[in-house]
Amino acid sequence: MARRNAFETVKVARRVKRPGALQYFERVFDGFVELRGDRTFADDAAVVGGLAWLGETPVTVIGTQKGTNIDDNIARNFGQPHPEGYRKALRLMRQAEKFRRPVITFVNTAGAFAGIGAEERGQGEAIAKNLYEMSTLETPIVSIVTGEGGSGGALALALADTVWALENSTYSILSPEGFASILWRDASRANEAAELMRLTAEDLLKNGVIDKIIPEAAEGADANFAFTADIIKKELLDVIPKLLAKDKRQLLDARYARFRKYGEFEEQS
Amino acid sequence: MNLFKKKQYVPITGSREGAPVVPDGLWLKCPSCRKAIYQKELGEFKVCPNCSGYFRLSARERLALVADEGTFEETDSGMASKNPADYPGYEEKLRKTSEAAGSNEAVICGFCEVCGNKTALAVMDSHFIMGSMGSVVGEKLTRLFEKAVEKRSPVIVFSASGGARMQEGIISLMQMAKVSAAVKKHSDAGLFYISALTDPTTGGVSASFAALGDVILAEPGALIGFAGRRVIEQTMKQKLPDGFQTAEFIMDHGFIDKIAERAEMKDTIGALLALHRGSCDGAA
Ligand SMILES: [Zn+2]
Repeated sequence: MARRNAFETVKVARRVKRPGALQYFERVFDGFVELRGDRTFADDAAVVGGLAWLGETPVTVIGTQKGTNIDDNIARNFGQPHPEGYRKALRLMRQAEKFRRPVITFVNTAGAFAGIGAEERGQGEAIAKNLYEMSTLETPIVSIVTGEGGSGGALALALADTVWALENSTYSILSPEGFASILWRDASRANEAAELMRLTAEDLLKNGVIDKIIPEAAEGADANFAFTADIIKKELLDVIPKLLAKDKRQLLDARYARFRKYGEFEEQS
Repeated sequence: MNLFKKKQYVPITGSREGAPVVPDGLWLKCPSCRKAIYQKELGEFKVCPNCSGYFRLSARERLALVADEGTFEETDSGMASKNPADYPGYEEKLRKTSEAAGSNEAVICGFCEVCGNKTALAVMDSHFIMGSMGSVVGEKLTRLFEKAVEKRSPVIVFSASGGARMQEGIISLMQMAKVSAAVKKHSDAGLFYISALTDPTTGGVSASFAALGDVILAEPGALIGFAGRRVIEQTMKQKLPDGFQTAEFIMDHGFIDKIAERAEMKDTIGALLALHRGSCDGAA
């Protein structure tokens, strides 16, 4: 693996050409059929999803999608979901549970959108509800952070049985710019903040936030997509049958324990 | 994480980071009308005699208003934060905050009776690093919901939080998943959960357990929302509507059940607990 400092990794993770969920759906799976809408308010183009084949297994695929040009980016709100995006994802997850299809999510978002409509329609409630329902969704869930894993807006698609991250992806509580502006009241010190935040895949593996790093070619997943996509396919073909073989109780107990373990504290009696 | 400083609890003398409990004879500026109020005039509910606005309560003050006298048994009181992300100056901040706030973390948990109904109760404290949720807040709440499943007890959580605790980094974010999963376990056991939102309930707390009550109550005027006002103003490039992200605004949009005045909150909770007595064996 090529060594980059943390902020260089942030920049790679944010590259406009970095593949989004739709590219993975087409490249890793066969016969992708897009399904849209939350059945309540709208279809949020920042979240995409549908059905596809992973080898011989039908799966539900969900992810965030940034635009590839300015018009596309406006349509997709730069990959920042509104509540209806999270509700669409939950609808597709419930549907997957009904048909016992595994769910695979691809996360690349700066975060849940901060806006008036998003607040009016319950951004907090939408994220909370996904966490709540995903914790007991009776079908396997695999989440892959492919670029930026931005805070609660990323977590709401990543409460999974196993969480992976691409080598040059990040996952953090806040953007380094936001962190720097709170810590030093100076967003331009994002570089320093990124070092402090332990947001690279290597750091995330060390502290148990992710379970596996998906390698990228030296030039990055944007320049050599096939390299990374093939690894993801191989890993999914390996893990999905194992997760499907678990009985429901085993699967959910392990998922609960996976998130139950986080926290460091001391106890005086 | 807190990006708002809309209402600040400002003692006119003493430090800005001061304790919620102030010495007798101090004048306090009302966070709503900005008038200087003699603190003895506030009374136990801490209501401004000029404008009826609320002063923020410490967790102990809230506890005294909600739990039946002498019934509260605290759980996990000795749990304290470490510095898992090696954030510079975090230990020092924790030490100073603990001394000033008179408690070692941003939530107090335990079991008590409310109007004669047995229940689990958690009260957050916005005076402790903005009530932010790190490892300790997440762990204490998770244990409370888990113990409540064992005891077949309802749970009441008073939220007062700016969100996830920055200083513990991504591990704070993971607490949102951890507590939400514990809330689901409690719910799947057929047990009753009241989420009571107080000023402020924002960020990661508004996007996890605070939004997941069977019944969600709020205090009038409380700031409730996911994203910070300044962030929204920047992205929208427009002024926010009047009353944006208040309890009343959130209720109009369908996300809470009832706004209860501070003085009637206990009776409201008591009535709701009584209505669920049959579903919680341990609450007889
Ligand atoms: Zn006043």
